[in-house]
Amino acid sequence: MADIHEAPHDVTPLPTYFFVFIALAAGTLLTWYASTINLGWANTPIALFIATTKAVLVILFFMHVIHSTRLTWVVIIASFVWLGMLFVLTFADYLTRFWAID
Amino acid sequence: MTSVTYHDVQFLEPAKTRNYLNVDYGALSWLLTKDHKRIGILYMVSISAMFILGGFFAMMMRLELLTPEGDLLTSGTYNKFFTLHGIIMIFFFLIPSIPAVLGNFILPIQLGAKDLAFPRINLLSWYLYMIGAFTGLLVVIIGGVDTGWTFYTPFSTQYSNTHVIGTTFGAFIVGFSSILTGLNFIVTIHRMRAPGLTWYRLPLFVWAMYATSLVQLLATPILAITLVMLMIERFIHVGIFDPALGGDPLLFQHMFWFYSHPAVYIMILPAMGVASEVVAAFTRKKIFGYTFVAYSSLAIAFLGFLVWVHHMFVAGISVYSAMIFSFLSYFVAVPSAIKVFNWTATLYKGSVSWQTPMLYILGFIGLFTMGGVTGLFLAALGLDVHVTDTYFVVAHFHYIMVGGAVMGYFAGLHYWWPKITGRMYPEWWARLGALLVFVGFNLTFFPQFILGYLGMPRRYHAYAPEFQVLNVMSTAGASILAVGYMLPLVYLLWSLRFGRKAGTNPWGAVGLEWTTSSPPPKDNFHETPVVTWEAYDYPAMLKAMGETQNV
Amino acid sequence: MSDVTVHADEHVHHPFLQHQFEDLGQQHEASTLGMWVFLATEILFFGGVLMAYWIYRTIYPEAWALAGEQQNTLAGGINTLVLITSSLTMALAVRTAQLGSRRATLVFLFATMLFGATFLGIKAYEYNAHWHEGLFPGSHFTWHENPELAPKVQLFMVFYWGMTGLHALHMVIGVGLLLWIISRAWRDHFGPEYYSPVEVMGLYWHFVDIVWIFLFPFLYLIPHFGVLHG
Repeated sequence: MADIHEAPHDVTPLPTYFFVFIALAAGTLLTWYASTINLGWANTPIALFIATTKAVLVILFFMHVIHSTRLTWVVIIASFVWLGMLFVLTFADYLTRFWAID
Repeated sequence: MTSVTYHDVQFLEPAKTRNYLNVDYGALSWLLTKDHKRIGILYMVSISAMFILGGFFAMMMRLELLTPEGDLLTSGTYNKFFTLHGIIMIFFFLIPSIPAVLGNFILPIQLGAKDLAFPRINLLSWYLYMIGAFTGLLVVIIGGVDTGWTFYTPFSTQYSNTHVIGTTFGAFIVGFSSILTGLNFIVTIHRMRAPGLTWYRLPLFVWAMYATSLVQLLATPILAITLVMLMIERFIHVGIFDPALGGDPLLFQHMFWFYSHPAVYIMILPAMGVASEVVAAFTRKKIFGYTFVAYSSLAIAFLGFLVWVHHMFVAGISVYSAMIFSFLSYFVAVPSAIKVFNWTATLYKGSVSWQTPMLYILGFIGLFTMGGVTGLFLAALGLDVHVTDTYFVVAHFHYIMVGGAVMGYFAGLHYWWPKITGRMYPEWWARLGALLVFVGFNLTFFPQFILGYLGMPRRYHAYAPEFQVLNVMSTAGASILAVGYMLPLVYLLWSLRFGRKAGTNPWGAVGLEWTTSSPPPKDNFHETPVVTWEAYDYPAMLKAMGETQNV
Repeated sequence: MSDVTVHADEHVHHPFLQHQFEDLGQQHEASTLGMWVFLATEILFFGGVLMAYWIYRTIYPEAWALAGEQQNTLAGGINTLVLITSSLTMALAVRTAQLGSRRATLVFLFATMLFGATFLGIKAYEYNAHWHEGLFPGSHFTWHENPELAPKVQLFMVFYWGMTGLHALHMVIGVGLLLWIISRAWRDHFGPEYYSPVEVMGLYWHFVDIVWIFLFPFLYLIPHFGVLHG
């Protein structure tokens, strides 16, 4: 709050944008290819990992979060933490609903 | 650089010049306003109307419950009435109340800002509220809804013959009003504090509004998507939550309560913020344990998200899950208790004065505590199995929502009335109102603890004859409560014309809002304040005024 | 902080400085924070339905696999590339707005809109095909192969149409917003000292892209995996 009197001047260099784009496109092709091979239990985590990596690249570079304030980071991380709380605690019910009580 | 001292402003004349009320005239200047103060007043009028409507349904319920037989209303109508009472009071009164009325008005001023960060979004917020409210009103007129405010499936999606989609759509829209208010507050608090106003100099009302906004932002979207899924299920007849078609009704309950439990903290946190302000002002002391009170608001906001399954203990969930959530539910009481201890410690050796805001807050502290500890009863799995879906639960949440949140709202309304309107309300009538509310409230709801413990179920229009005496007491209490609520409606309106003109700081309180005129100018301050004092710095203020504090 | 200006009437205003802010920097920070906070609510909004989808996938892996076979993975994959490209052009538009090049900004904004429209076109093609195959949930739904799995396949379709529909709605809104930003760029509103509307537009657009980055594997790839365990 105290020190922002002018608009920020960080301009992302063009090559960064293009490299990220290539990575995103490659990731898309990779995830499609990986889905055609039977990797057993690993298929799902791999697909999620690739998707997450792509999302992180978009967030950090296209959305400029790599230059952004700490508060922006907190907002993003908090929303995923909250989503995580929803997922984990709801699944806790579903995954243990039919466990026997000793 | 100008810093405002209390010595300068303590005895300023009431505003004779332009303020936010008289700077502009005409309906459009209100309906298209971007001034947070006018928007706060727009909300004040709208939610008061909804409060009266919700109260009407309550009165009808209590009248029905005077006799054991279901003789006043059919069971179907009674179902509609308790549903509408809940929906209106929660979504259209309690959740907006303090944030949208007092938060909108006071928060920017307490921050030394000219307005919120996004004034047009603030106005949009009100219009979304009005669209939601009109939708709700329309539903009431065309026949109502009977699912309970909890909309449990598959009754709400497959079997109810009432206007479920209309109602849930109204709630969906009003949810966005809530989200946008929260968004505005968060950004304003982070980015628009006056020079010198560090986080630890903020009034505790601001901390409370910040925590409330966090909950509004992080919880309400889940309600939104849940209601969308409910509407889809009902509209095209699929089975997202219907067991006959492969769905799980408990999934609805999980998602619904993920919002609706934190929602109760949206309702109570602002009232706690008001409590801190009023206790400080009417004991002329710093709040004891300021940092603890500030962080406890954040703790409540966080922990409040980890307990929702305690609404589902008997629904058929995993026993292990139930045990985890019972355990977690005990924790959420701790930060609330910390606040109560700190307010009490502030009262000790304070220079207490008994004006109406203080009366409401003293009532708040006691009644909230009772409601809170009965929550602990309910967190205990073994006990919950017996009292869930009985009047014990009804009493518990009314102690917190009415004895707590509503009294907090009335306290704030009276405390800031002079600032908002430039007029004092009539003190003795107001005290009478507070007394009637307190007595009426306890007479209404204490018997309900006993009724629930004895086994009277909720949401039934008829009951076993042995419960009649307690029910009659409860209805009698409700009548007194109704009078207690009507009084402010009358005398507050009266005060607008005939109330004594208030000066800048009629309470002699510490806070940026008490350094500007009553009513404030359109841009809140004639000059941007620079803050050099700590929150609730009564010692410094009193010294500046030449008094010594009675210790 | 001795240079804090205090007199509201004496500012020489940038035409787009709103009166509640002290300066453009504060306004920029507030706007971007506001959009991020809004996006946080959107993460929860989409995340909620994603969770419901995931729970049912866990319970009904066979039905999910069957339903997954109905998906047009090629269309989904192409759409993913289309959106990624639109994100690139959007990011470039923000950059050129920051640098004050009106023409380049307009080109990139138009390109973004074009790619967005392409996405919606391909989606419409998919929807149309699915509709004619009787895969829209509700009274229109037809599934003859495994009658006992039909309700669960329909459930998948509720989520498929629901989530992609919600996403498409956000795309349509995004295209509308882009039109507005384009009109402002046309009137030369943006430059190095004031480009936050473009940046904020970009944040929204990238978010919608990210949602699709997750929807693609969830709705097109992962359903098959449920029955792949040994």
